[in-house]
Amino acid sequence: MKTIYKLLVVVTLICAVTAAFAEDLEVMHWWTSGGEAAAVAEFAKAFDATGNHWVDAAIVGGEAARAVMVSRITGGDPMGAFQFNHGRQAEELIQAGLLRDITDIAEAQGWKDIVNPPTLLDACTVDGRIYCAPVNIHSWQWLWLSHKAFEDAGLPVPTNWDEFVAAAPALEAAGKLPLAMGQQGWQQSGAFNVMMATLVPQEIYLAVYKDKNPEVAGGEEVAKVFKAAADARAMSAKSTVQNWNDATNLVITAQAGGQIMGDWAQGEFAVAGQVAGTDYSCLPGLGVTEMLDTGGDAFYFPVLKDEAQIAAQGELAALLLKPEVQVAFNLKKGSLPVRGDIDMSTANACMQKGLALLAEGKILPSTGQLITPDTSNQINTLFAEFFADPSMTPEDAQKQFVSIIETAE
Amino acid sequence: MKRPNQLFRNLSAKIAAIPMIVTGLFVFVGGTVWTVVYSFTKSGLLPRLKWVGLDQYERLWSTKRWLVSIENLAIYGISMLVLVFVIGFILATLIDQKVRFENAFRTIILYPFALSFVVTGLVWQWILNPEFGIQSIVRDLGWKSFTFDPLYTPEIAIYGVLIAGLWQGSGLVMVLMLAGLRGIDQDIWKAARVDGIPAWKTYLFIVIPMMRPVFITTLVLVVSGIVKLYDLIVAQTGGGPGIATEVPAKYVYDMMFAASNLGQGFAASTMMLVTVALIVIPWAMLEFGGKKNG
Repeated sequence: MKTIYKLLVVVTLICAVTAAFAEDLEVMHWWTSGGEAAAVAEFAKAFDATGNHWVDAAIVGGEAARAVMVSRITGGDPMGAFQFNHGRQAEELIQAGLLRDITDIAEAQGWKDIVNPPTLLDACTVDGRIYCAPVNIHSWQWLWLSHKAFEDAGLPVPTNWDEFVAAAPALEAAGKLPLAMGQQGWQQSGAFNVMMATLVPQEIYLAVYKDKNPEVAGGEEVAKVFKAAADARAMSAKSTVQNWNDATNLVITAQAGGQIMGDWAQGEFAVAGQVAGTDYSCLPGLGVTEMLDTGGDAFYFPVLKDEAQIAAQGELAALLLKPEVQVAFNLKKGSLPVRGDIDMSTANACMQKGLALLAEGKILPSTGQLITPDTSNQINTLFAEFFADPSMTPEDAQKQFVSIIETAE
Repeated sequence: MKRPNQLFRNLSAKIAAIPMIVTGLFVFVGGTVWTVVYSFTKSGLLPRLKWVGLDQYERLWSTKRWLVSIENLAIYGISMLVLVFVIGFILATLIDQKVRFENAFRTIILYPFALSFVVTGLVWQWILNPEFGIQSIVRDLGWKSFTFDPLYTPEIAIYGVLIAGLWQGSGLVMVLMLAGLRGIDQDIWKAARVDGIPAWKTYLFIVIPMMRPVFITTLVLVVSGIVKLYDLIVAQTGGGPGIATEVPAKYVYDMMFAASNLGQGFAASTMMLVTVALIVIPWAMLEFGGKKNG
């Protein structure tokens, strides 16, 4: 009894001592689906282990979350740290001097040598200074297929996009939705961009989004992509779900044949206890051109005044790229780690495919790194309309697309 | 005798009004002017004074989503205005017939108004969902071909929102109208009855003109609710399917925060202000300016 009592006293003392240094740091993010929440809990656990306290501020939906984050930072009430897709979203906040320069931490931790591919760190760098900590690589170019749905329809599981399109009538006859698609612009334009990156040569993707060449955007190759998008529209005509994870759930429960979605969908399959290769298949690059973009998430740190908070920010920044944290986080999230030097042998078959592509350097810049949020918002609106209105022809949509690319910066 | 200085008359009242005057000037007038000025700039995520003339307005009026938004607001606004008054007034006259359990009926009809637009939107999203809403119930009863899914049909989706708006707003109009009806002197009813005027004629030609102040109050409440229509759309349809239920306020919000294009958002909100001013100013001149002559 006495030993237990002593133990309790000691524990209380330790708590009291650490509490004196502990700092509450508010961290904002939009990781709210099952797999995402499990992944972010890994960060919180690691951060709490340093004696600080992770105050979780999750907001549902990327767009809503970005709005809250930006208005809090510009309004003079910044949080301790926040998740963003690195790329051009944070450009103006950095230019306005609202985000903390973490070059010293990056140098101390040797990020330049460990971050792979190096373009990830470039996306965090403005005028030679580093402003964010990349935490994972997410690629959009995946087709997720339910084995059971194809079994029910009496078909082999397709190995590429064309076979999938060909299988659509049989799936429909079996009472399945061929393609699950959340009715939100970002998902629809995302699927289009995936087709752009994989169904036609890679130069087209770069000419449109990097060079903003209106002639290429109005050309024949892009017209093919619009035709493919019309196929996708026909295949997903009966899809009434909104959120991407609800659409993924249709694939998991074999109500739908497949879904074009980024590798974050992987986390949902994992939470549902499904096994890659036996319950579901994943085709990088839609099985046509095996190529992945290297978008992803990064943490940014607003400029703060409070010394203790600044120190806590520094500890968090350093911790995010630690090997064990990277492994734990990315396994749950279904994303690829930002460093190539860690052991990911426990990752499943789909992630292994991604890791292999990454190692081979079959990578593309993500649209978020190439176009402004304004342009991507216009493209989202265009595809929201295109997917909702079957009377809109691919030619009309392409015309509007060209005028968006013409005015893009 | 020296006249007291006009400035110091009712001094305490004037001092008490200062905070409100300052707020009014700085927040409303100042904020409006600031917004209009910055709508001529190329402001992105943050406001900056980089002049681009009328570029933002040109882009605004060539954007299909904005045009659809205006059209939707017009359809919703006009239908809402007409229907909410008709429904509200009819409900009020029915309750006014000295029915039994009047309090119970009044509470039931006013109850939706106690719910926020977000809750209203979600409730009606479910009711109008073809898989487990009205459509599925009717189909379960035997009408297999029955189709009622306004929220999934782009051409009529805005009417699905209108149904929710009416459900939420009619109760308030009814209560206001009922208060107006109760304010009518009973002697007028008696006089009308003596003259042998039917009840519907009495309502239409005697009572309604007498209720003018009530109508104006209700009009202001309803119209301001229409112009700022945003939360109902976000909760019920998110602007979809496609862009079928987009409204101007949502365009402003999305431009400012999702697209980080403040200039475009300011241009859109300036256009909203101009539209409201175009409606309100002539009406106010008729309403308040006419009295001097008359």
